[in-house]
Amino acid sequence: MSPDFLAPHVNVSVLLPVLVVLVAAAAVLVLDVLPPRDSKSHLGGVALAGVLVALLVTVGRWGSEGRAFRDMVLLDNYALFFDVVICYAAALVLMLSMDYLPRTGGESGEYYALVLFATAGMMLLASAGDLIVVFLSLELMSLSLYVLAGLFKTRLTSGEASMKYFLLGAFATSFLLYGIALIYGATGSTNLDRIAVAATAKGTDPLILVGLGLMLVGFGFKISSVPFHMWAPDVYEGAPTTITVLIATGSKAAAFAALIRVLVVALRSAQADWSALLWGVAALTMTLGNVVALAQSNLKRMLAYSSIAHVGYMLMGLVAGGPQGAGAVLFYLLAYTFTTVGAFGVIGLCARAGEEAVEVGDYAGLARRHPVLAATLGLFLLSLIGIPPLAGFVSKFYLFGSAVRAGYIWLTVIAVLNSAIAAYYYLRVIVYMYMREPEGEGVAVAPSLAGGLALTIALVGIVLLGLVPAPFADLAQAAVAPLLR
Amino acid sequence: MTPGLLSAVTFLPAVGAVALALVPRRRPGVHRAGALGVALLTLVVSIPLWTRFDGDSADFQFAEVYRWLPTLGVSFHVGIDGISLLLVLLTTFLTPIALASAWHAIEDRTKEFVITMLLLETGMLGVFVSLDLFLFFVFWEAMLIPMYLVIGVWGGGNRIYAAVKFVLYTMVGSALMLVAILALYYQHGAATGTYTFDVPTLARWVVPPGLGQNLMFLAFALAFAIKVPLFPFHTWLPDAHVEAPTAGSVILAGVLLKMGTYGFLRFCLPFFPDASFKFAPLVFALAVIGIVYGAWVSTVQPDLKKLVAYSSVSHLGFVMLGLFTLNQQGLVGGVIQMINHGLSTGALFLMVGMIYERRHTRLISEFGGLWKVVPAFSVLFLVVVLSSLGLPGLNGFVGEFLVLVGAFQVNGWLAAVATTGIIFAAVYLLWMYQRVVFGEITHAENGRLADLSRREWAVLVPVLVFIVWIGVYPTAFTGKTEATIAALLAQVESKASVALAR
Repeated sequence: MSPDFLAPHVNVSVLLPVLVVLVAAAAVLVLDVLPPRDSKSHLGGVALAGVLVALLVTVGRWGSEGRAFRDMVLLDNYALFFDVVICYAAALVLMLSMDYLPRTGGESGEYYALVLFATAGMMLLASAGDLIVVFLSLELMSLSLYVLAGLFKTRLTSGEASMKYFLLGAFATSFLLYGIALIYGATGSTNLDRIAVAATAKGTDPLILVGLGLMLVGFGFKISSVPFHMWAPDVYEGAPTTITVLIATGSKAAAFAALIRVLVVALRSAQADWSALLWGVAALTMTLGNVVALAQSNLKRMLAYSSIAHVGYMLMGLVAGGPQGAGAVLFYLLAYTFTTVGAFGVIGLCARAGEEAVEVGDYAGLARRHPVLAATLGLFLLSLIGIPPLAGFVSKFYLFGSAVRAGYIWLTVIAVLNSAIAAYYYLRVIVYMYMREPEGEGVAVAPSLAGGLALTIALVGIVLLGLVPAPFADLAQAAVAPLLR
Repeated sequence: MTPGLLSAVTFLPAVGAVALALVPRRRPGVHRAGALGVALLTLVVSIPLWTRFDGDSADFQFAEVYRWLPTLGVSFHVGIDGISLLLVLLTTFLTPIALASAWHAIEDRTKEFVITMLLLETGMLGVFVSLDLFLFFVFWEAMLIPMYLVIGVWGGGNRIYAAVKFVLYTMVGSALMLVAILALYYQHGAATGTYTFDVPTLARWVVPPGLGQNLMFLAFALAFAIKVPLFPFHTWLPDAHVEAPTAGSVILAGVLLKMGTYGFLRFCLPFFPDASFKFAPLVFALAVIGIVYGAWVSTVQPDLKKLVAYSSVSHLGFVMLGLFTLNQQGLVGGVIQMINHGLSTGALFLMVGMIYERRHTRLISEFGGLWKVVPAFSVLFLVVVLSSLGLPGLNGFVGEFLVLVGAFQVNGWLAAVATTGIIFAAVYLLWMYQRVVFGEITHAENGRLADLSRREWAVLVPVLVFIVWIGVYPTAFTGKTEATIAALLAQVESKASVALAR
């Protein structure tokens, strides 16, 4: 051993939440080969328990700081906030899966294991303090999701979703990697803090800007911002609904976590450049998402375009910058996660003639047959529109407020007009549920304890975030504080 | 002053709605009676607001402040002055009437209907009592959805189109208002160091005149003008009114439209005095166009409900004209005219609903000779029609007279044109009355119509009492509001001159 070799200081406690999830994943894999062979529901329980323990560990560590593996992995409030969002999303997804999968015949041990691996990847992404870790955890997350998207092997759309997601995802990741290489070339490091120091010292360096642009391509794909959004509708439509939820919430939150950290910590010296770029991206993303969503009759596709639009709103927070902007994005992600899980969750519960009920026409007259379920979906949609006093309104309020504060009045005007456009297609679903009569065979709703519980949690979440947002907004502010030191 | 009275009034309907949600669906009778009971209780609880209100004070009374989002400067701040007092009472007064009018008209999904109506009441009351811009916006947006459902679920044949149009129009307007609210909030915060949405605090601050103030004024004004509706933003109104069920039309005309005019009074004038003076001629002109245009279009309507809907455009034109005279008579007239329109047009919609329930048509040509069959209905209908066209001795005259007195001081020619609106009102209303009530019975079905039932008497008489009361003794009502308006005018003028002096 050469004398200058420094044994890496392994501080496992920093990784504890991620490790809990990984241990649960390993346990699921082992239990999968043990009897009973015919039912895999207990594996869902194991996976859920793992995520819940990870959630408890995360909450318990709130406020602590730590670094490990030579600053490659960070533990701070920022990472912990995202861990909470991701664990919530994963827990709700697992609960929805536990009745969705047996019903659709896709239940298997590896499903639960892959969901956990993806979750671990997302959590690690939020803790990444080094571009290498960003890349690795992004791949861990993405590879698991590529497989999960193709879970229904006999369904053509599922295969298409998986293939498309994988090919385009791999392509986008290579852009990210190229960007990382250029940044490394320009600054001599992949560590975010050291990049920040080097970039500030160098001033405007074309190499950094090109690297930044290429990295934005990679991240733009993961968060599905225009013009890298093409995959989203097809994947959202084809993937099993529970996986659609995970892609729409958890993976988006994780990608935002890494994007914000990279931009705000490492490349703050180039803020004028990336914020001007993101201004355009945000305006395009929200407008395209909303306008195309108007034309969708398939609910999963509609929600896919709507989620693109929501990414546009969230990018506004990054454009606005500062603690207000970043904090608003975090709060928005929290509210968005609850709302989106809920909306997709209701769709996952509904079936018509043995198929998933995904056409808006399937929901005609739902309020007559299943008033509670219709009201639940209605509330999630109203929250997505941004009707007070639900979470969607308050989160938009924070976000638009941060943009106005930073002086981006016209971007805010574009955003609020977009919200008004968006009201049309969300309300159309409510029109079908409440104002039209059912045609033909009605939608059958699978009674489900776990699914019902997941929806209840999501519903309580959006009402709580809407009525008493202050404590959660303060948490989001506390979470972004470590970035802006 | 009773602490908590105002929030009790505001949230009582919502609490009632939650309680009714727990009653099983198969008992529509319980829902109807329960909702009416809750609405009447709200009315009773709101009466002390009137009796204990000090009309000589321009301050906000019954004020309550609770912390809500302290980091943002948002608080739960409610209170009423002489303007909102009248509108709060109008709301608590009209809601039980609307619910009673729907006793037999709404047979389908009664439970959902009464819950929606009660939530709507809380939303409307919240708009009128909020003294925090954030809170105001929350209520402003939240009450859209119940109204949307009332039109869209329980409305007529073209209800979905009307409901969606109503929501989209309103949302576009309020979206821009949100930007203006945020801009005002940060501008005030940056200038004074206090970031707050508190309305009285913001109203004391002098917004620097210029482009910023003008744009903020326009953003607020657009939201309110759509709601009023001011010509040319009125096109959603006939659709919404025609498709809405009677109870929905009564609330829409009686209260919802007032939220727009109230917004001008509460926010546009005190926040943006310079811009208000600057754009007053424009609003003035649009109001006069609305008065005349609404009256002309009403004249040619074959459908009773559409006729009343367009007459609203005309009447609300008078309100806007009064507000933007920016003098005492005009403003008092505008406020009284808001109440008058709520009562008269509400009553017109109720009575149109009553004959619709009997004949299932609203076409004027389907009627004629009703006075022989339904004399009591005909007499009450005549009183309501006369009140709507502004006959001295009934309520409509007081408001329009004051508005025109105010308007003549500002611009004689435009006021003269506005006066023709009163003449045209007489034309379209009396001509309609003549075709519906006088003459011979031309349709055999009309010969068998039943006269007013006891429930219908109970619905109409309270409205008629106020129609006569305001007409004979308006001071009882103007007295509560004059001090507030004088203070508002003084504030607007002093702020505008402070800004000019700089």
